[in-house]
Amino acid sequence: MRVMAQMSMIMNLDKCIGCHTCSVTCKQVWTNRTGVEYVWFNNVETKPGVGYPRRYEDQDKWKGGWQRNKRGRLKLRSGGRIKRLATIFNNPDLPVIDDYYEPWTYDYDMLTKAPLSTESPVARPKSLLTGQNMDIKWSGNWDDDLGGSQETAADDPILATMSEHVKMEFENTFMFYLPRICEHCLNPACVAACPSGAMYKREEDGIVLVDEDGCRGWRMCVSACPYKKVYFNHKTGKAEKCTLCYPLIEQGKPTICSETCVGRLRYLGLMLYDADAVLAQASVENEHDLLDAQRACFLDPFDPEVIAAAKAEGMEDDWILAAQNSPIYKLISEYKVALPLHPEYRTMPMVWYIPPLSPVVDVISTTNNDGEDARTLFAAIDKLRIPVEYLAGLFSAGDVVPVESSLRKLAAMRSYMRDINLGRERDESIPEAVGMTGTEIEAMYRLLAIAKYEDRYVIPKAHVETARELEELACSLDTDGGPGMGGPTAATAAGPYGKTPGMPLNATVDNYNQLVGKGGERTKPTTPGRVNLLNWTGGGVPEGLFPPRTADGATGSPA
Amino acid sequence: MNPLDILLWVAFPYAAAVVFIVGHLLRYRFDQFGWTSRSSQTYENKWLRWGSPMFHYGILMVFGGHIVGLFIPKPWLEFFGVTEHIYHLGATWLGSVAAVLTIAGLVILLVRRRLVARVKLVTTVMDKVMYLFLAGTIAFGTIATVLYQVLGAGYDYRGSISPWIRSLYGFQPDPALMSDVPFFFQLHVLTATMLFLLWPFTRLVHVFSAPLGYFVRPYIVYRSRDGHRGAGAVKARRGWEKSELPRDTRDREGSRR
Repeated sequence: MRVMAQMSMIMNLDKCIGCHTCSVTCKQVWTNRTGVEYVWFNNVETKPGVGYPRRYEDQDKWKGGWQRNKRGRLKLRSGGRIKRLATIFNNPDLPVIDDYYEPWTYDYDMLTKAPLSTESPVARPKSLLTGQNMDIKWSGNWDDDLGGSQETAADDPILATMSEHVKMEFENTFMFYLPRICEHCLNPACVAACPSGAMYKREEDGIVLVDEDGCRGWRMCVSACPYKKVYFNHKTGKAEKCTLCYPLIEQGKPTICSETCVGRLRYLGLMLYDADAVLAQASVENEHDLLDAQRACFLDPFDPEVIAAAKAEGMEDDWILAAQNSPIYKLISEYKVALPLHPEYRTMPMVWYIPPLSPVVDVISTTNNDGEDARTLFAAIDKLRIPVEYLAGLFSAGDVVPVESSLRKLAAMRSYMRDINLGRERDESIPEAVGMTGTEIEAMYRLLAIAKYEDRYVIPKAHVETARELEELACSLDTDGGPGMGGPTAATAAGPYGKTPGMPLNATVDNYNQLVGKGGERTKPTTPGRVNLLNWTGGGVPEGLFPPRTADGATGSPA
Repeated sequence: MNPLDILLWVAFPYAAAVVFIVGHLLRYRFDQFGWTSRSSQTYENKWLRWGSPMFHYGILMVFGGHIVGLFIPKPWLEFFGVTEHIYHLGATWLGSVAAVLTIAGLVILLVRRRLVARVKLVTTVMDKVMYLFLAGTIAFGTIATVLYQVLGAGYDYRGSISPWIRSLYGFQPDPALMSDVPFFFQLHVLTATMLFLLWPFTRLVHVFSAPLGYFVRPYIVYRSRDGHRGAGAVKARRGWEKSELPRDTRDREGSRR
């Protein structure tokens, strides 16, 4: 047994309103640079829908993830080591930028510079790749809220595999949102496919990162990731991906997407797992067994044997405590309501989802039945094959049993808690019907519905005694000059990452305070002799905070 | 032996070699981040799908041919039964295949670079200079082979150019060997030397990143953030090594302060 800790995320899809706040804040923090215009470490897809990039779930086409071969061994679907190096000059499975979308801007200048005319000036869209005028035909969320889905929904790879023929009729369709980040898999195909060995899984918290210095731009990770969550920076020629905001996680803070989620639907916490069991469990024959196989990799953080093994591996006590308090452990292993996204890819993803009950509730409500009555809900879950099968295609390799079980628990929670809220007598037969107790249902309700900040995010701080070295390792944005270099220390403003105002010197936010505290290099004030307020920690009155006094005693501007 | 011979066949090659070696060392030391193949596949794949493998496989064959022709002395090959006739047949036929692949691939890639707007716009000045000398080298080499080997009587470069190169490696340069070499072979050598001089400053550095380690490393790579966990408790297994600080970090920290 090799105990390892994995920082994991769970998203409660019932609460997602599809506002894209997570995507926007993530983009502002991580990918607001040239070369990654089209890169969305976090994106929100409408389901049913084609996703981003288009039809990424069609692994017959993209060859992402792992495959079990006849001898029962796992092999990358895109081929083994020899084939990979043989196709290194042209990756046959690589999505081109049109599979995402061609990034563009608008000719805003025209709005102010246009000469006087009887017509209103127009800001035409201009391609960010060629600078030419372009017609916008596709983008990241073109089918948002099922917009235009009569045309595109048939391309949804999940719909295509469903046994029942699904017509996208708007009067009886269903819809929900699926926010996606990197899965930080236990058995990451991108890491396995990297010819340079530049991608790695962090031993401490399982975050999968790209070593930007080691990446040589072979692009194999992009195609090997079945979730298409490794992107190619076309400016720097290197791979980039969701970092699970490791600079924040290391400080015990949630990721940007979680912190800014208005639905408060994201959960962050540790899972302990047995690293030695991963490969065997990812290789089980039947795809429907993969969910239980992955659950079998997880370790009980309360088990004294596990604790002893974790300590032998050098895990600190506060991490074990965090694993015990982890909301992830509760939702995956105790309540068993969370499910992985596409376990059939055999990468053992670690961002799990609580499937949405809302498609079922919506149907009941439109038929004027009681959408909070347990028996009605249970019956509907049994009867509404289309949403349930679709969810199974996403979360359990097509096996409806775990999806039904999870939905029934959510339905039970819904009606059990309604009785309590209305002051009625508790109906203990409802929790019993789903194999839970009333106390468990209430605890789950507290975690899912009340969802206090400290319950959602149980993130132990990294042991930062030497962590400064790590930041420098993973984030080499600010290296010295030379060909292809740039960043804030370079003489020119436009480095390989483009003109990026205020890019931090180091990766983590708390470095800034370290810098100030140690009296290191500070941001220069615009007026000599004055203090840049950005440097002011708020304590005391440093010299230069106020303008110098003039001869007559009044404060004046130093002009 | 006139001064021009010494300049072209002694000074220039040695200067190029120094720039080649020192340039690569410095760039590897200071520009890991800029060290990439700078692929343009995400911009355009229909042309690249054909051009890139053709060119790369072709140029690898060309490279192999040059190793045999230039660095293995004639008597050694003859010892293994490779007579002049067999060598000539092999060089001509395999060389032709390689040349056709390389040239066709390069033409596809160059046309693509010129005609596909997305690719054209990301082409740097250094790229263009590099393409000039790369294409020139390949063109002159092909012209020389066609003129002298295929159409002509056949020129035994293994009696002049090859010993000259080996004389450079032995630090006993003998420029006289090159003075009577046919013109296009001379041009081929000069453009190639120039290409080697430019090499460390171009995207060609990706040649030295050929990821042969991929054959032997474990699939999943783990790196430890620090020595506290895993690696410290148990002897590190292959693929679980501690990640190291980039060597120049400390210098940069110093200069920044």
